[in-house]
Amino acid sequence: MIDKTAYSEYVNKTVPKTQELKTLLTAFITGGIICMIGEGILDLYTATLPMLAQEEIATLTTITLIFIGGFLTALGLYDKLGTIIPITGFANSIVSPAIEFNREGVFQGVMSKMFDIAGPVIVSGVTLSAIVGIIFYLIEVFA
Amino acid sequence: MSKKRGSQTYVIDSDICIKNTYTIVGPEEAQGSFKDYYDYLLEDDLWECKSYEKAEIKLHKEVIDGVLKKEYLTHNNIDCIFGGDLLNQIISSSFSAREFEVPFLGLYGACSTFGESLAVASMIMDGDNMQRTVCATSSHFGTAERQYRFPLELGTQPTPTSQWTITGAGAVLLEKNSGNFPKIKSVTIGKVVDYGIIDAANMGAAMAPAAYDTISTHLKDMNRTPDYYDLIITGDLGKYGLDLLKHFAEVDGLVTDNIFDDCGARVYTSKQNCGQGGSGAGCSAIVYSAYLHKELLAGKLHKILLVPTGALLSRLSTMQGESIPSIAHAIDIEI
Amino acid sequence: MDIFLRYLQVFAVGGLVCFIGQILINKTKMTSARILVLFLTLGVVLEAVGVFRYIKEFGSSGITVPIIGFGANLAKGAIDGSKYGIIPAIIGGMQKVAGGLTAAIVFGFIFSVVSKSKTKRM
Repeated sequence: MIDKTAYSEYVNKTVPKTQELKTLLTAFITGGIICMIGEGILDLYTATLPMLAQEEIATLTTITLIFIGGFLTALGLYDKLGTIIPITGFANSIVSPAIEFNREGVFQGVMSKMFDIAGPVIVSGVTLSAIVGIIFYLIEVFA
Repeated sequence: MSKKRGSQTYVIDSDICIKNTYTIVGPEEAQGSFKDYYDYLLEDDLWECKSYEKAEIKLHKEVIDGVLKKEYLTHNNIDCIFGGDLLNQIISSSFSAREFEVPFLGLYGACSTFGESLAVASMIMDGDNMQRTVCATSSHFGTAERQYRFPLELGTQPTPTSQWTITGAGAVLLEKNSGNFPKIKSVTIGKVVDYGIIDAANMGAAMAPAAYDTISTHLKDMNRTPDYYDLIITGDLGKYGLDLLKHFAEVDGLVTDNIFDDCGARVYTSKQNCGQGGSGAGCSAIVYSAYLHKELLAGKLHKILLVPTGALLSRLSTMQGESIPSIAHAIDIEI
Repeated sequence: MDIFLRYLQVFAVGGLVCFIGQILINKTKMTSARILVLFLTLGVVLEAVGVFRYIKEFGSSGITVPIIGFGANLAKGAIDGSKYGIIPAIIGGMQKVAGGLTAAIVFGFIFSVVSKSKTKRM
């Protein structure tokens, strides 16, 4: 019988590969389109809500995109997009485990499983921003 | 004379017949290669239940009921139910068994559980302990996906080696001395084999060494060559895993042409976007119960070696960087 | 014409970011959580070293819509806060992204109560 080393070499050599070109092209186009939709929403809010500051419009745009991502997830459509990098994907990573676990109840299911996938993003994001804040504060004080 | 042959094989001397079978499958399987062979097709894999787990329990219960009804038997007529599934604490099997007042032996060998059930049941029956038993295994796409992988609605991309978990269950009725039915002639209990594959999305590669280990041991123990069988069919190696299995055999100089095949690689059609094929504890159960059993009865096949394969990983073992130990059991079925 | 060019830039930058993400998915088999964290970290770093606003000037939503923008916002909040003292420096990031985070949690909660996950088809 073939030994482990020969086997792992053979598997590495023969394992079916991802269709590089197709997945890369799909990622480029879907990613580009989602960002253009984001730009469209930004322009729409800028034109229709002149009383809001630029920063508020940016936040409102993010909220809208998160709503869209969550809504498509709830409809069962977002998993077909397969794109996680736009902020809509972040919404998907929060909404999908929450939906998945609603059969286990609101407390132990939805509320606790909501951060099953996005948890690391929030933890690392908050920690990193605190570190950046402290570094810039020290620069501010001593430089 | 001892029933043991070689190192791992046990011959079954008495007539242990696979008298009847029953299968229920989900919507994807209902469009697969064996769509005309299944007993009951689901249009919706939730099957009017409140959760996928409850649907799998219902699947498991209904196939046991189905095979008994086909033979006009009631629960009182069977000595024991054997079986298992993929869920934690094998709840599909044990929760379905609470519906029957019948002794129950729950087994777990991941996707090899169907083979494990047949092996254990036939050996116990051969020891004159039980006369009539049922073996049933099940799996469900919705429950396996959330237990082993990701939420269903998460935007993930399947990797090229991934497989599609079967939604379905199969049950067989084993009976002693019931005449001209497919019979279990010998069984080879597999060892746990780990060739160091870590990628949980490449189960075929993880399980192929275990499958080959069991098949080659069986052939050696029984002093046979592959062409003794019309078909040597593994459980759920998938297309790539089957290629790897054939590679193992060819390196050792065994003839594999038209003899080696895989239930998972066959269960869906080439038009279905299933990756390398089907997988799950229900895979070999539905393919045997629906297709192979009928081919044996029809005389199109005479001797087959059914080798259900199982990857014995858990989500935690993968997270801890463990490689995937695998197992396969060989069941020699002849008519 | 200007607006057309701007949308083209958004498309190009946003597409490129997802293209890079896809390369990582194909080559490294990283899980979604790891890729999200990596891009978020990239955003934090780009903002901290001061490069992010140049990319944003060129690509607009192409760089702010990907999770990189979320990371950059976190860093920007922290940097802005650092001018007012240690406490604003530490909590500034969270303040800046509070809108998005609140939306994600509240919408996530509402959607998950009204919707159940559906099975996948091939």
